[in-house]
Amino acid sequence: MFEEHFCQHDSMVHRLDPRARVMAAFCFALFLAMTSSFATAGVSLVLTVGLVLLARLSLMSVSGRLVAVNGFILFMWLFVPATYGGEPWLSLGPIDISRQGVLVCALITIKSNAVVLLFIALVNTMSMPTLGSVLSWWGAPSKLVQLLLFTYRYVHVIGREFRRLLTAAKIRGFSPRTNLRTYRTYAFLAAMVLVRSLDRAERVEQAMRLRGFTGQFHGLAEFRFQAADLAFCCLGGLSLLCLAWLEWMA
Amino acid sequence: MHISEMVLSFPVIGAGFAATIAGTLIGLLRLDPDKIMTTALLGAAFFVASLIHVPIGGAQAHLLLSGLLGFVLGWAAFPAILVGLVLQAILFQYGALTTLGVNTFNMAFPAVVCALTFKPLLGKTPLAHPVRTGIASFLAGSLAMIGSSLLTALSLAFTDEGFLISAKVLVLGHLPISAIEGVITIAAVTFLAKVKPEALFPAKPRPAFQTPPLSGE
Repeated sequence: MFEEHFCQHDSMVHRLDPRARVMAAFCFALFLAMTSSFATAGVSLVLTVGLVLLARLSLMSVSGRLVAVNGFILFMWLFVPATYGGEPWLSLGPIDISRQGVLVCALITIKSNAVVLLFIALVNTMSMPTLGSVLSWWGAPSKLVQLLLFTYRYVHVIGREFRRLLTAAKIRGFSPRTNLRTYRTYAFLAAMVLVRSLDRAERVEQAMRLRGFTGQFHGLAEFRFQAADLAFCCLGGLSLLCLAWLEWMA
Repeated sequence: MHISEMVLSFPVIGAGFAATIAGTLIGLLRLDPDKIMTTALLGAAFFVASLIHVPIGGAQAHLLLSGLLGFVLGWAAFPAILVGLVLQAILFQYGALTTLGVNTFNMAFPAVVCALTFKPLLGKTPLAHPVRTGIASFLAGSLAMIGSSLLTALSLAFTDEGFLISAKVLVLGHLPISAIEGVITIAAVTFLAKVKPEALFPAKPRPAFQTPPLSGE
């Protein structure tokens, strides 16, 4: 029910050290959150499109993801230009479209898509267990990393369990409508998923104790920082400096 | 409900991360190491449940169930929601990583506050007082959602005063959904109280099992 398309390819980007990739993505995103010029945003978008191309991801599924991400952006486009205030740019009957509102929305759209592409290229190209190892290498609390990895491990299983319950309900003639019965059925479905997951947690926990699990998690990912990674970090740092200069000039 | 990447200003992002780190640390410190697996699977279950789309008039809304999540997980709601949002960002590229702090806090804080306020009303035997249980569950379910939408609106308004009206639209749009959340929370809490009371009132953890060291170590 959940698919990860992007981590199963192989490319230059996929072979980079995951620690460097996560670090670069995070620094770049934070930097972009501080900028407010179209020049910086535009150049960043071009750079991230380049990274996605370098990672050789399927452009179809990347654009599919982008459509999903832009839901909130669409909400902003619907309401912000008409209600932002400032000098009117266009008048549609009683509504004044403000110039600043349109500019703010456009900037957010460019920056947001740039960051999403960046994460798709750098972070989505690694598997979740690898991301868990990267986080614990950086000193994230071990309980948190375990939570992340166990949740990830079982979200698929529980997703299938939910599908099975839903199928059972449909076979018995359940069709969702706007009424109390529908809401109660969904509540019972959700609660039943919770009950099942509690039972499963107990079984898994017992099985792990039986195999000598003492609360220590041993990651299998081995990280190697190679010449290509050094080059990647230098290039990343350089482009950040250039972008910062661009932002300062604008 | 989720604010996407690059909408918020830098101070709001920073404040969100600080608050989420604080809440997550409290949640992790109070989390018994033996309960990690249970919390992880409950988190996964809530993640799956949040994919349920319920019809409302002609439109659809997806469930949040954060009131119920607070009842079941307490302070562990913070790490569980954080993990859920990371998974969501990775699996669907939905939501975002720079606004992870803000989004986690906006969802988890109302859930924890509602749980701390309304869970004591359930008492030891929720089924013996159906009206009181119903009111407490409804309030927890709907107020958690209203609280989340208010916090989301505040994050927008603090970023840029021009977003104020959009923020108000956001809160108003969530009011009908929060009523449905309340109704669903009543049914789910009653179901859990009947079928699996341990989900609402976890038993005392078993004494830790000491694994003997492997020979040769």
